[in-house]
Order: sequence, then C-alpha cells, then structure tokens
Amino acid sequence: MNGLPEFSAAASNAIFLAFLVGIPVYGFFKGVKVYESFVEGAKEGFEVAVRIIPYLVAILVVVGMFRASKGLDLLAGLFPDIMHSLGLSPEVVSLILTRPLSGGASLGLLGEIIAKHGADSYQARLAGVIMGSTETTLYVVAVYFGAVSVARTRYAVHAGLIADAAGVCAAIIICLAFFA
Amino acid sequence: MLNIIWLALLVGSVAIAVATGQVREVVVSVTESAVSAFKLALGLTGIMALWLGIMKIAEDSGLVAAFTRMIAPLMRFLFPRIPDGHPALGSMAMNMVANMFGLNNAATPMGIKAMEDLDTLNSRKGTATDEMCMFLAINTSSIQLIPAGAIALLAGGGSADPTVIVFPALIATCVSTVAGVTAARLLSRMRRFRDNSEKGGKDERLA
Repeated sequence: MNGLPEFSAAASNAIFLAFLVGIPVYGFFKGVKVYESFVEGAKEGFEVAVRIIPYLVAILVVVGMFRASKGLDLLAGLFPDIMHSLGLSPEVVSLILTRPLSGGASLGLLGEIIAKHGADSYQARLAGVIMGSTETTLYVVAVYFGAVSVARTRYAVHAGLIADAAGVCAAIIICLAFFA
Repeated sequence: MLNIIWLALLVGSVAIAVATGQVREVVVSVTESAVSAFKLALGLTGIMALWLGIMKIAEDSGLVAAFTRMIAPLMRFLFPRIPDGHPALGSMAMNMVANMFGLNNAATPMGIKAMEDLDTLNSRKGTATDEMCMFLAINTSSIQLIPAGAIALLAGGGSADPTVIVFPALIATCVSTVAGVTAARLLSRMRRFRDNSEKGGKDERLA
C-alpha cells in the first residue's frame, strides 16, 4: 500500500495529460482547427470569472465573518459527551462544521489535527476520511450557480448538505469499524 | 435555503462576535474576504480559459458526443429529462470523470460548462432546474476516488501508512453520493420545490 501515494500522483498526472494533450491530438486527426477552436472556447474564461464574483463575494464574506466570530468553536464545544462517545474530538467537530463552508480552512484544520494527535492517530485518520468524502458545498454552489447567474437555487443546497451529512456519518461509522 | 443560511451567518456572526469579544476581528474579516473573493474569481480565469478551450476542441472533434453515447445509460438514469445527445450530458460526464481522478483544476471549468449547457434547457433563467440541482448534488457529494489532499497531509505529518484512509474514504464517498442523488430525487418531488415553470412567479416567493 505504501506505493499508492506515488501511484495515485502518477495516475492523476497521466489523466491530466491525457485530457490536455489527448483531446487536441484527437481533434487534429478529426480535422478540427485545434488552435482556433481552443481560442474560441477560452475566450469565455474571463467572462465566467467576472460573472461569479458577486456570488463568491456573498458567500465568502459571511463565511469569513462567521469564522472570525469564533462561532464554529462555540458550536464545536456543544454536546461534548455525545461527541466524545462517538470518538470525535472538538477539533474533528470543528472540521465537520467548517467543511461545507471553506475548503482551505478545513484543510488547515486537518493539518492541525495531524500536528496535535499525530498522523497515525484515530482522530487524524477520521479527519482524513471526512475530508475525502465531503465537499465545500457552499463554495461549489456559489461558483457553479454563479456561472449561470442562478440565485434561486431551490433544493440544491439541501441536497448538498444532506450528502455532506451522510458522508460524515458514514465516515464516523466506518472509522469506528476500521480503526478504533 | 441560501437566503436563510446567508442571513443566519451574517446576523449570527455579529451576535456571536459581541458575545465572544471578537467584533474587531469580524469587522476586519469583511474587507479581507471581499477582496479575496475577487482575487479567487480572477485567479480562476486562467485555468477556466485553458479548460474551456480544451473542452471546445473536445466538442468540435465529436469527442464529447462519443463519450456521451458511452455513458448514456447512467446519465439517462440520473437525468431522465435531458434529451439524448444533448451537450450537457457530455460536459457533465467529463466533469465527473475529472472529479473522480481529483483533477479539481479541470473539473471546475468543465462543471461550469455543464451548468451553461444545462441552462440552455432552462425555461426560467435565474432559477435552478431539477437537472442543475441533481448535478450540484453529485458534485458536492465528492466523487473523488482517492483523497489526494488528505493523503498528502498525512504523509507530510509523518504517517507510517497514509493510504489507510483510501478504502474507508471510498466507501464514505459512495454513501454520500448515493445520499445526495437520492435527496435530490426526493426533494424534486416535494411540493414546495416543484418546478412550476408554467406558473411563473407564483412559487418564487416560497423559494
């Protein structure tokens, strides 16, 4: 298993290059004017980026405020007995709450958990599994819906948060079974 | 939902800040976050242009169409109302593949392209369609096969076996994806979320 990080990095690079190089080569043999086609598609890049600015500002400002208010620490400290019996340290609870809000901050928290409890500790493994099975839901919603100027998101956020919650529950149960 | 979450975070932060004495930090964070949101969006421009360009070649060469035919059964199950051969099916599939292999840089522009393709089927601009919500649910449920970021941090922290989390994370990811897809399907049938495209503005007050 120890070779897997290298293998996975190599596989990622191979697939990255397959996309980046393979597609234009395939296009060339299909008679596509690849350079012209590329530029035509790429033109839209700036427009999309500008279009998502208001959505990103809206989300990132309130998430930033909430993090600065230390509200997460407050929430993470609730129900310490229940959390403890599930094998969750306060840091892991923070990570669970931060995860849908901010990808960078939750990676930072994972780093802190590893530093505090050790990289082979139960808490670090649990945190790693949680990171691997959840997503920064609010950020994805802002970027994807922002790109098509959709502000009425109907049940997309609900579904995303349900998926995150299911991922966290699954991670807790699976880690108890595998690592505890 | 976003209206409530947004306002709750906004008001809640200030209330908590007053209680915890973090008012100054909160005030400072506002400007910082706004600036960093702008930088983040602009920072996406280069990657976005690159992958939208590659996607355009894939589309013009018929690669997207071929790929779409290949995974048609799965996509028909997830998105039964999208007509066969529609470009949205191809761009969504490419986004999912990029996501599975952890190519986040490529996945986001492809996902945005998919949203634009989905929007061509949207009769009510500015409001999410069922297909958009399903696609979002799949995307936010993390379908990454190998959690590269977490593995890298564990390895960096001196773990003897950083990849022990791969299998557990894979199972948890499957659970979250199934939950996300199921939730999207069930929520789409709920009265308050029903896609009343003909009725126009009536349900917008509820959303």
